[in-house]
Amino acid sequence: MSIDTQLDLWEVFIQQKAGGNHTHAGSVHASDKQMALQNARDIYTRRKEGTSIWVIPSQYITASTTEDADMLFDPSDDKLYRHPTFYVMPEGAKQI
Amino acid sequence: MDSLVQTTAFQQKIDQDLNIEPKDHMPDAYRSHLIRQISQHAHSEVIGMQPEGNWITRAPSLRAKQILLAKIQDEGGHGLYLYSAAETLGISREEMIEQLHSGKAKYSNIFNYPTLTWADIGAIGWLVDGAAIVNQVSLQRTSFGPYARAMVRICKEESFHQRQGYEIMANMMKGTAEQREMAQDAMNRFWWPALMMFGPHDGDSPHSGDAFLWKIKRKSNDELRQKFIDKTIDQATLIGLTVPDPELKWNAEKEGYDHGEIDWDEFHRVIRGNGPCNKQRMAHHVKYHEEGAWVREAAAAYKQRKNEF
Amino acid sequence: MTPQEALFKYTLRLGDNALIQGHRLSEWCSKGPILEEDLALTNIALDNIGLAQAFLKYAADIEGKGKTEDDLAYKRPERQFYNHQITELPIGDFAVTIAKQLLISAFEVPLFSALSHSTDETIAGIAAKGVKESRYHFVHSRDWCYRLGEGTELSHSKLQQAIHDLWAYTGELFEMAEEDTILLVAGIAVDLEELRPLWKETVATVLTEATIQIPEDGTMHTGSRNGVHTEHLGHILAEMQYLQRAYPDATW
Repeated sequence: MSIDTQLDLWEVFIQQKAGGNHTHAGSVHASDKQMALQNARDIYTRRKEGTSIWVIPSQYITASTTEDADMLFDPSDDKLYRHPTFYVMPEGAKQI
Repeated sequence: MDSLVQTTAFQQKIDQDLNIEPKDHMPDAYRSHLIRQISQHAHSEVIGMQPEGNWITRAPSLRAKQILLAKIQDEGGHGLYLYSAAETLGISREEMIEQLHSGKAKYSNIFNYPTLTWADIGAIGWLVDGAAIVNQVSLQRTSFGPYARAMVRICKEESFHQRQGYEIMANMMKGTAEQREMAQDAMNRFWWPALMMFGPHDGDSPHSGDAFLWKIKRKSNDELRQKFIDKTIDQATLIGLTVPDPELKWNAEKEGYDHGEIDWDEFHRVIRGNGPCNKQRMAHHVKYHEEGAWVREAAAAYKQRKNEF
Repeated sequence: MTPQEALFKYTLRLGDNALIQGHRLSEWCSKGPILEEDLALTNIALDNIGLAQAFLKYAADIEGKGKTEDDLAYKRPERQFYNHQITELPIGDFAVTIAKQLLISAFEVPLFSALSHSTDETIAGIAAKGVKESRYHFVHSRDWCYRLGEGTELSHSKLQQAIHDLWAYTGELFEMAEEDTILLVAGIAVDLEELRPLWKETVATVLTEATIQIPEDGTMHTGSRNGVHTEHLGHILAEMQYLQRAYPDATW
């Protein structure tokens, strides 16, 4: 008897409303991209949750690790000049 | 890496009510506890499709047929969300199914009871899903991120399940004498197994200690059971059903109902595989898993042949 | 046959096809080859039962005897059902179900598409919903035909056998009965003969791509336009109508 397969793991991203971001909804198993799209549709949009779907084989996703979180994200903590509220505007200035 | 430092950091996160994510360090015991619990939960959803599926082709109206199909489909979906959550811990769905078939993994006892009449579909929705949702609501705050997120989605989708079951019971209680008798009979058969779904009393629950420390479990078996009983009694009374427990009475001091003792012999008998439908449920799952093998193989072979994903 | 009788029977036919096809597909619940496919087949079943509900409700209105869609689904005997025989055949294995779904949806897409321009607004409305659904059913079964056809030797032979066995039930889809002729003149119904080449081309394209041989048109089974069925329908109804028949005074 051959080894059982439950097909490959795919990650599903759904756009809830036209113009919005695609956000991660969950996973499905499928052997090819058409099947992955159809399975994602049948499983994650049964209650009108979507207007568009992306699927990608899970193996092609690279994720950052928790151990690297300090190195990756903390350095942006003190870069306040990237935010508009950092700047002092003259009193009465409008539309800026 | 210093495992003591990691373990302390892990527990600190838990204590701060932060979620643990798949790539985070976690103690092996936490991982294996979660795999056991989440896969059991997933298997329960999937095996739970069978007793209700038993009535799909006999549902008494087009509306009832659609509701029941959509509900069972949800259960399948929930099994799928949960399998996915468990897969983030490094176990494959193949392995989980194999563990189910070998008996290493369990599923909820309640699905080892038969659905004999249409009223049983009402009783399952109202009592069984009602009991499950009490547990699932508390699990939305469980510490493992993918499990908690699956629970949030599941609770949102499950909200209609209990209502449809109660609606069936209420309609039957307004119906003919035969229908009322059928509804009461379903109540009599499903009440005690529903209470058993919460598991042994807190003092006899073997895995609870760590589960609380790790915030996998947020409320105790007895607490959850009490919550279920208190909300369900009034619903039963409202539609004229009698709860089959002569010892049931209101306890003003604890502001909850006292109830009779659960038949723990029956509980253990069913867990050990000797419930009315254990063998039937497993045989069904194995049969269709095996009958589907050639389809899965064909899909995998087609992908290989086309050499694309 | 009066125009009203024709419309009643025509609408019943549309409803019965969806009802029996949906019923058969619902039998797959908890039996799919993979959990994802279980949900997919259930979705198709639900589309069909929804469509059946809409058509039968309209049929009950046309009949004007105060009946509901449930009365028509649950209290009619075998000989008054007008679904195509192909819908009532047992689900068989996955290849049979997929082959059946391909043959039926390749028919339904152009049928509903044409009916969505029917001069009967109710039929046009229901068909407009149906065409979207059946386009998805078609794509779903088409892609599975590709996978089974070019998957393994076993899957290929199973699909080939299924197409071969089901072929004799496809002639019925295009039969014009008295009700069709009456309603065609009024712009309500569709000329099924016109759909036949379209259907044939669609099915042939899919099967060729899937490396499946297209059977010769031999003797075709017939009878459903007159309520004559295979032995299977009686068993479907015995099961489906059981509660309504056993407890005629009860409402659920």
